[in-house]
Amino acid sequence: MTTTLTPPPGAVPEPAAPGDTPAAKRRRKRKNEGSTGVREATPLTYIGLSLTVLLSVFPLWWMLVVASRDSAAASARPPYMWPGGNLLENLERLFANSSANFQLGLVNSAISSTILALSVVLFSSLAGFALAKLKFRGRNAAAVGVVLTMAVPVQIGIIPLLMLMEWFGWRGEITAIIVPFMVNGFGVFMMRQYCIQAIPDELLEAARMDGCSTFRIYWNVVLPALRPAMVVLGLLTFMTQWNEFTWALAVLTPANPTVQLAINQLNQSAYSRDFALMFTGSVVATLPLLILFFVLGRQLIGRIMEGAIK
Amino acid sequence: MDLRVSPYLFISPFFLLFAVFGLFPLLYTVWVSLHDWTLLGGNQGFVGLDNYVRLVQDEKFWNSLYNTFGIFLIAVIPQLLLAMFLADTLSRRIRAVNFFRMGLLLPYLTSVAAVAIVFSQLFGTQFGLVNYALGFLGIDPINWQGGTLSSWAVIAVMVDWRWTGYNALIYLAAMSAIPRDLYEAASIDGASRMRQFWQITVPMLRPTIIFTVIVSTIGQMQLFTEPVIFGDVSGGTQGQFQTTMMLIFEEAFRFNNYGYGSAIAWMLFMLVVVISALNALLSSRIKGA
Repeated sequence: MTTTLTPPPGAVPEPAAPGDTPAAKRRRKRKNEGSTGVREATPLTYIGLSLTVLLSVFPLWWMLVVASRDSAAASARPPYMWPGGNLLENLERLFANSSANFQLGLVNSAISSTILALSVVLFSSLAGFALAKLKFRGRNAAAVGVVLTMAVPVQIGIIPLLMLMEWFGWRGEITAIIVPFMVNGFGVFMMRQYCIQAIPDELLEAARMDGCSTFRIYWNVVLPALRPAMVVLGLLTFMTQWNEFTWALAVLTPANPTVQLAINQLNQSAYSRDFALMFTGSVVATLPLLILFFVLGRQLIGRIMEGAIK
Repeated sequence: MDLRVSPYLFISPFFLLFAVFGLFPLLYTVWVSLHDWTLLGGNQGFVGLDNYVRLVQDEKFWNSLYNTFGIFLIAVIPQLLLAMFLADTLSRRIRAVNFFRMGLLLPYLTSVAAVAIVFSQLFGTQFGLVNYALGFLGIDPINWQGGTLSSWAVIAVMVDWRWTGYNALIYLAAMSAIPRDLYEAASIDGASRMRQFWQITVPMLRPTIIFTVIVSTIGQMQLFTEPVIFGDVSGGTQGQFQTTMMLIFEEAFRFNNYGYGSAIAWMLFMLVVVISALNALLSSRIKGA
């Protein structure tokens, strides 16, 4: 696991075998490769990519179409492809639906996701900073330990974790979906990597000379420098928690759900499925993530891509 | 004093929380699995390996493993191949590259439960859009949920829809680190685009490919949300799409059998560890070759 997390390509490619392509094709290809070696896009490239984006977006679009019409719309033939005017009415029905507790689900998800985003960022930056920049006995072992925890599928310990929640009296409470996940190995690892590259030792030494305590160095020097990484880690944590389903299904009840459980409740409980209602719930459950994405998406893409090469 | 203590203070929240809520439950699973342990009755006494003996003879367990691996294979292989082709396409000189990147990442940003609900409708037997579209090709409606392979296919589509773009971005990043002159040299030698892809891009991406394979494997071995929302924890009338994680859930939280559920969980854990180790071994072999 350790080695695979820090890839960069080192393999030497096998030499290309002598050309077996028809000469005409070869000529066309060569025209397409610019002198820099970056290949030009052809119309086919755009068609292929547009098709892929269409496939990516269509289920979301369809979700909105059905959510804004009545229940029969999902099975109408030919299918509607354009939103209707019932979205507000469906939203009202959604929040009035007593079996789903949708409103409470939204509040629970918002609270738990926000708290976790903050706490993961805080604890991960603390630990990441210590592992990257402070000297102490056992530092290397601790760093290896962090990476190992990332490779362990802790969800498999779900039964004893539930028993633990019963002992604490947290079953059915949102503390059960918050406290166990207040920090994770990925966050610590990410912050450690970022500290190593973004914070020069001289800066810390200077602060130390000025008489700063270690915590003040963390708070006044390290945290501001970590801001880009913190935003992305916070966003990722928020998304992950917002989407969490397995553990919430185990530990919470329909009376006190997360938003994911609430839409699942609409899906499971209906005798004749009210698609408009389920899809409206899906739109509401997805919207906060989409808003976050449009505000912070570029940074997220940058970080996903950076994470792959560092 | 400050210098000596604060590093430990800084790392302790992580290790304390992990010990209590990660490591302890995982290890305690072994202890619970050696007991007859129910929700209401609590610990009914030590039964040794009885739960494991039952598990080896339990058809539902083997069925769940078969489903987990089956779905894994038909989901992950096309997903990673497609992601690689997409990344290769995106690495060309392209207008509006950010538009395409964001378009591809959009599914990853969608609520999982919402994805599962929308796709369940799209693949509905009577009113689903997919069957409607197939009708134009003269294909009779398919009972997607009813068959083994057909239900696997729907779940694989849900998984792939959500993750292909994400993996494509990871590959794209790794591709941008491949020296351009390799392609230039190859194209002067007359290598076709396809040939360049298989003989330059893929070998250079090897470490990244291994990384994505490992991450996808660990994730897919615990596949749960998509199949549960597509059906429920029993995974269809014949359990045709019940994954191992779903079986753990069914045993522990529907039949209230913590002991037996823990035995299945521990087997799944061992399996993930073995597969990860095999992956690691294989990748070091490939690197050495």
